[in-house]
Amino acid sequence: MSERLKIGFLPLVDAALPILAKEHGFAAEQGLDLEFVRDLSWATVLDRLLYGHTDAAHMIAPLAIATTLGIGRPARQMSVPFVLGLNGNAITVSNDLAERIQPEGGLGQAAPVGARLAETIATLGRKPVFGVVHRHSSHNYMLRYWLAACGIKPDRDIDIVTIAPPFAADALESGEIDGICVGEPWNSVAVERGVGRIVLTTAQIWRRGVEKVLAVPTAKLEERRGAFERLIIAMRKAGEHFVDPANWNVNARILSRPEYVGADPALILHAISDRLRLEKGGELVHFPDFMFQYREAANFPWVSQAAWLYAQMVRWDAPHFDPAAAKRAMGVFRPDVYRAALTGRDAPLPGASSKVEGGIAAPTGVGAQQGRLVMSPDNFFDGKTFDPERLEDYLASLP
Amino acid sequence: MRIAIVDESAARAAIIQEGLAGLDDCETTVITERRGLIAQIAAFEPDIVLMDLGNPSRDVLEEYFTVSKALAKPIAMFVDESDEESIAASVDAGVSAYVVDGFSKHRIKPLLDLAVRRFNAFSRLETDLAEARGQLADRANIDKAKRLLMNSRGLSEPEAYKELRSTAMRSSKRIADVAEALLIAEELLGGNR
Repeated sequence: MSERLKIGFLPLVDAALPILAKEHGFAAEQGLDLEFVRDLSWATVLDRLLYGHTDAAHMIAPLAIATTLGIGRPARQMSVPFVLGLNGNAITVSNDLAERIQPEGGLGQAAPVGARLAETIATLGRKPVFGVVHRHSSHNYMLRYWLAACGIKPDRDIDIVTIAPPFAADALESGEIDGICVGEPWNSVAVERGVGRIVLTTAQIWRRGVEKVLAVPTAKLEERRGAFERLIIAMRKAGEHFVDPANWNVNARILSRPEYVGADPALILHAISDRLRLEKGGELVHFPDFMFQYREAANFPWVSQAAWLYAQMVRWDAPHFDPAAAKRAMGVFRPDVYRAALTGRDAPLPGASSKVEGGIAAPTGVGAQQGRLVMSPDNFFDGKTFDPERLEDYLASLP
Repeated sequence: MRIAIVDESAARAAIIQEGLAGLDDCETTVITERRGLIAQIAAFEPDIVLMDLGNPSRDVLEEYFTVSKALAKPIAMFVDESDEESIAASVDAGVSAYVVDGFSKHRIKPLLDLAVRRFNAFSRLETDLAEARGQLADRANIDKAKRLLMNSRGLSEPEAYKELRSTAMRSSKRIADVAEALLIAEELLGGNR
């Protein structure tokens, strides 16, 4: 008898792992029958999760934390036992703006592009408008992090609005927005339509930025713990399949189907092979860490990642730092569940559950509870590091 | 009270609006276009906003309500914990409600219940319509399959139908499915249809 799990998602390439776990039979091997519910807004993905239409969801990580803290609605305790991937987003701007901030074409560098954006704002005579997918998204926090570190004050110098990903290209074309920070395939869709250029990837802002997560209401996780641990095993296998170049084509075709992402398989192939066309008619550009998966325990829910997201929430949204709220936010990420699922299996498990984010400058072997783990550079572009033990000092040090 | 109905399905929005028209002292507006959504809502100054769960603009709308907290009449999602049941029913039906701060709770419940009933009624209509369409397609396939048998095997119409029916009974399938299979087989074998 297989056990059914219903999973909510938004049509984005980074919903890949649970989908591929089903399509390649890794879930069935674990006695799971996965069913998917496709939606078009995070609000609806969350509603379905909270009211039992789904058991788990592909979700923007900060939304799981905001829901736990009761921001905007009554608090409901959420758990994140698995990170669905790192980065995979890009910043696409209108052709006009690209001409000013990345005139030489190609992929820019975060600091000089930011500096030219600051100069442009000074002469533009109006506030540029940037779109993000949700207030509680890594897109919003990465964009703001980059802007602030380049001397641009979000909200004062620039307007940041919410745009549903499928409408990103429309909004760029109509001039409703000047730029957007969004996941794939929506940057590439805008490029193919000739309405914008990709100037930066979020991996250039934070090399190992936490992106979508698998979110589960904590009560549901406890109730069906065995099924979720088996789902983690199946998704890890899907990750191994996902990063193997031999499988890129078949996976792009699966994800492109209308019941999943519903987009051109060629564009999805770009994202999963870390190759992007930055402007219409241009060459594919290879950026190795564009969408970081599977390797280096990329799916491990580091408590320090939750802490960084909480820090950004306080920085841009919440009125005050609150140690109790910080503790609750950090408790959303559940390395204990990830470890329990993969102990005794072929998966490296780090010795620690928290790390100094941005602290690795060169490939470094780290202590492991199981297997061997070498971590590559995970730097922020401005060279700052984030120590979750010193959250208040970190907040005080930010521009 | 002023109610804005945001729904990309104009037909469903009309059914909800008609349902709400029976309420006393109730002014409604329907917004089906994504473009200019926020401006239209702002201009209408609603007490309540009803929006279908499938609407891709939900996050945009919620962001607007969050930002407008500084305004005189903040709007928030209706998530009254004392009435979990009717919220769950509204999510089941596929509608979300946003309510102006301070709007009395006892006025919301009957309204939300009504919206839920109307959403459910629309879903039933859609199901009925899909069924009716299916039946029409079935009938067309059966007619084509009959003609095929009549032409290829020289049967009369009643004989052709009898043949389809007995094959369906033997293989415990619907007559329409047997007809469809026959048409597909004919196409694969290069029939001149």
